[in-house]
Amino acid sequence: MKGNAHSYNSAAEYNPTELLICTASRLMQDNTTAFIGTGIPMLAASLAQRLHAPNLVAIFEFGGTGAILDQLPMAVGEQNTFHRALAASGICDIVETAQRGFIEYGFLGGAQIDPYGNLNSTVIGDYNNPKVRLPGSGGGNDVGSHCWQTIAIIRHDKKRFVERLDFVTTPGYLSGPGARERAGLPPGTGPFRVVTNLAVMGYHPISKRMMLMALQPGITVEDVHSNTAFNLLVADEVEHNPPPTTQELKLLREEVDRDKLYI
Amino acid sequence: MQVIQSGVGELIQTPDINAFREWNREKPTALIDKTMTEAQAIDRFVNDGDYIGTELYGTVRCPMSLVYEIVRQGKKDLRIAGQGVLELDMLLAAHLVKALDITYIGLEVYGVSNCLRREVESGRIERVVDWSNAAIAWRFKAAAMGVPFIPVRSMLGTDTLKYSAAKVVECPFTGEPICLLPALILDVGLIHVHRADQYGNAQIDGISGFAAELARASKRLLISAEEIVDTETIRSQPDRTTIPYYLVDAVVEAPFGSHPGEMCYAYMRDEAHIREWVEASKKERSTREYLDKYIYSVADHHSYLELVGQDRLEELRRE
Repeated sequence: MKGNAHSYNSAAEYNPTELLICTASRLMQDNTTAFIGTGIPMLAASLAQRLHAPNLVAIFEFGGTGAILDQLPMAVGEQNTFHRALAASGICDIVETAQRGFIEYGFLGGAQIDPYGNLNSTVIGDYNNPKVRLPGSGGGNDVGSHCWQTIAIIRHDKKRFVERLDFVTTPGYLSGPGARERAGLPPGTGPFRVVTNLAVMGYHPISKRMMLMALQPGITVEDVHSNTAFNLLVADEVEHNPPPTTQELKLLREEVDRDKLYI
Repeated sequence: MQVIQSGVGELIQTPDINAFREWNREKPTALIDKTMTEAQAIDRFVNDGDYIGTELYGTVRCPMSLVYEIVRQGKKDLRIAGQGVLELDMLLAAHLVKALDITYIGLEVYGVSNCLRREVESGRIERVVDWSNAAIAWRFKAAAMGVPFIPVRSMLGTDTLKYSAAKVVECPFTGEPICLLPALILDVGLIHVHRADQYGNAQIDGISGFAAELARASKRLLISAEEIVDTETIRSQPDRTTIPYYLVDAVVEAPFGSHPGEMCYAYMRDEAHIREWVEASKKERSTREYLDKYIYSVADHHSYLELVGQDRLEELRRE
């Protein structure tokens, strides 16, 4: 699909961040619980609530449950994370809720991702002598440990999509099938999707390796391979994501991020 | 109980739970006036080398006036529970931190903390031990429970665990691997609240973050409050008291005490000021200029607020 339907926009009319947000937003379902991390997940949740998921129960790690995301939170503990919310508690309650199996989806970012969906947000280079010290796990490790299905949102290039991480901050499928369970993580949990500016990936049901499932508008399978530093599996039938709609872009620009902090 | 894996990270603060009990036994339980200034509270209760924790997170309900005073008094070689943004950035900027149990120190929408990078990459911080957010909060919870560790299912299988001081054991009940986190007992806890009385009974509006846990994990607890209220106000809604007086050593009245951070239902964060800090923090020299302007050359919190300006503060209330 090349954006020829009249309600769609051509690639020139949106930027990669807008595409990431719109694609992530479409994965958020009405009446589900979703652990929302800082940044793009917040914008995607706000957009989803305005469109197809008015009852998306957005959960923020420092205590906000079921906020109405009229205003974009600038931080995971700020007052917009519990604006007109259903409950306002604290971090232990929220992560324990995830640990008890109540939170279906977890939306995360990261600096690097590997074929098993493990994420690095701690250091680039050697841990004891880091080239770049990144912020650290934050709630990332907790989300990736306890939510039933985690969705990573990350820009797609060879520096980020690597065979081996410099540091495994947040567990994906670790070293492969069964590794999460052997490590003591809750059975049945793990990475579900990776959303990028080039594609949407899932995981092979047996090998648990990352698998290309859908291409973003105007992107080819070769484009994805050439921006991935590991052997990416490809689904038998690769879908083509429709571009952001006029309505999505209008809401995103005029309401969700009207101060243009991200887009 | 069989230990399957031990994190290689150093235990920056040992969970001596019996010593903590002895300490708590000696804490006064009389209803005495604990109000004082930031300068008095930091001078009396914070020592070089102390292990310090702050609440909340990001730019929310930050105990900034207390932290500015720590910087002003130059309390050094601090060991820190690194779960924060603005307040910890100030301590890092002033080169006061020696060891960090870290979960996240960054500037959220503005990216990686420049001060954290400089301090860690230069080796000025001697020890950094990584944990997850919930792990740090749960470590406080273990101390609050009065037990030496707490079993959780975070961190398993990752380098976050490998480089931490956590342990994995075979659960004696289920036989499955489980992560044990050591209790984290703070020498000093700093919490900014909406209101407190002179004795230290403290109430928080909105999310409570990890205030309840951190307060109960602290040997010395310094509370700053937007407003000091009559004890009758506390007694009229005792269910709202997150922190009872006997945990508290000092009560400091600090209106706009979270500035440039926010205080829910009271004032918004000062975006322009935060951007000023983000810009300043990019270079060592401009960082120093910022500290000079807003901390070193300012006598106290009252003078800081004058420098920021009453008009600006009123705008933050209205936004």
